[in-house]
Amino acid sequence: MAEQGTFCVKAGLAEMQKGGVIMDVTTPEQAKIAEEAGAVAVMALERVPADIRAAGGVARMADPEIILKIMEAVTIPVMAKARIGHFVEAKILEALGVDYIDESEVLTPADDEFHINKREFTVPFVCGARNLGEALRRIGEGAAMLRTKGEPGTGNVVEAVRHMRMMMSEIRKLLNTPDEELMTFAKQAGAPYELVCQVKRLGRLPVVNFAAGGIATPADAALMMQLGCDGIFVGSGIFKAKEPKARAKAIVDATLHHDDPSLLAEISKGLGEAMPGIEISSIRREERMQERGC
Amino acid sequence: MKIGVLAIQGAVREHVTALQKCGVDVACVKKAEQFAALDGLVIPGGESTTIGKLLVRFSLVEPILQLIAQGKAVYGTCAGLILLATRVEGREQFLLAGMDISVARNAFGRQRESFEQELSIPVLGKEPFPAVFIRAPLIKSYGSKVQVLARCNDEIVAARQDNLLVSAFHPELTDDVRMHSYFVGMAKGN
Repeated sequence: MAEQGTFCVKAGLAEMQKGGVIMDVTTPEQAKIAEEAGAVAVMALERVPADIRAAGGVARMADPEIILKIMEAVTIPVMAKARIGHFVEAKILEALGVDYIDESEVLTPADDEFHINKREFTVPFVCGARNLGEALRRIGEGAAMLRTKGEPGTGNVVEAVRHMRMMMSEIRKLLNTPDEELMTFAKQAGAPYELVCQVKRLGRLPVVNFAAGGIATPADAALMMQLGCDGIFVGSGIFKAKEPKARAKAIVDATLHHDDPSLLAEISKGLGEAMPGIEISSIRREERMQERGC
Repeated sequence: MKIGVLAIQGAVREHVTALQKCGVDVACVKKAEQFAALDGLVIPGGESTTIGKLLVRFSLVEPILQLIAQGKAVYGTCAGLILLATRVEGREQFLLAGMDISVARNAFGRQRESFEQELSIPVLGKEPFPAVFIRAPLIKSYGSKVQVLARCNDEIVAARQDNLLVSAFHPELTDDVRMHSYFVGMAKGN
């Protein structure tokens, strides 16, 4: 008997994306540029995070027509974003046939208390997490892939670095925690006990964890890879830069050869101007997307 | 016995673990000079377009074709199957063209159609094999040197041609190492 939508099948697609770059795109033309550059998937959006941030107001799921056109344009997997807690947007995206749903803090949350019950979907979900507790709560809800939240649309990698370092440091701490202390560890982290035990047993998260939120240069991508993430999401960093084609390709190359400084030097040459960046302290705390949906 | 896992992108770690369970030395390879020392190579699942482009971009095509020509065992899973094929239906993309097969990409549909199913694979023994298909390809036609190893609903999902092995499914995502063990046997000359 064939079984669809099992956790193995959902998390398996994310495993196949490891070491790759997933790019935000808003048109079929951009999707083709991403595929040509070597992206392992694209995120179909109406606006990239930098434009969502600039526009303000309520950001929602993209128009299905845009998503379908992008799905027709490329053979690589297509992801799309639903608002946190908006299970109907998610059902619509599943019905469209997208390959992954990002329950994303980049959009305005539809529910300020509860996330989507991701277990009842056949399509897999990716969610943002800033620390181990948040990560394990999302996996508990059924997420099959994680990413750092970073601070989307800023071109400033500092928050993604903070979230990745926090995650790795908490995992290291957990690995050194004796079994009799795991329940209290789970209580303090606000994480499901069984998942805490599983992380200790595996020595790592049970699903892949990509970097996202503020990655703008090949060096940023290589930095995140060296900090221990499994792959890279680039949102505004490509199509808000002066030369998207060259930058997209360079970020793919840098993700692969993240541990080779001389190659990275070669890869980083002559890419034109990166996207304009925003200093995090200039964004009021209540306007920071990473604070949404913990 | 040293088996390489092509470490461009995809399920590299899982293949390394499965091969280690089979008792061979494993090396992750992503630079041209790393291939010559290998007795076999696994091309893992991932995105075939991405892996293909990066093989070309970083001059890894020749080293892999050399391994194939030398008769070293090469195993491609999912994206690896596509890359080892001679033809892909309905589109142009880079292929290593080692095995005389035509494949259809994403042959079952999109991710929501991905599935797990137990398969009978006679060369691995009587026990059914837990096969995980993720946006999987299918072998639609094959040449006379190709031996079909497994079918799923009458469609061909695993095959061998001399020193080349392919599967549309992902044995590395399960704890069953019989496919890897069969492949290590090929690398040893069986």
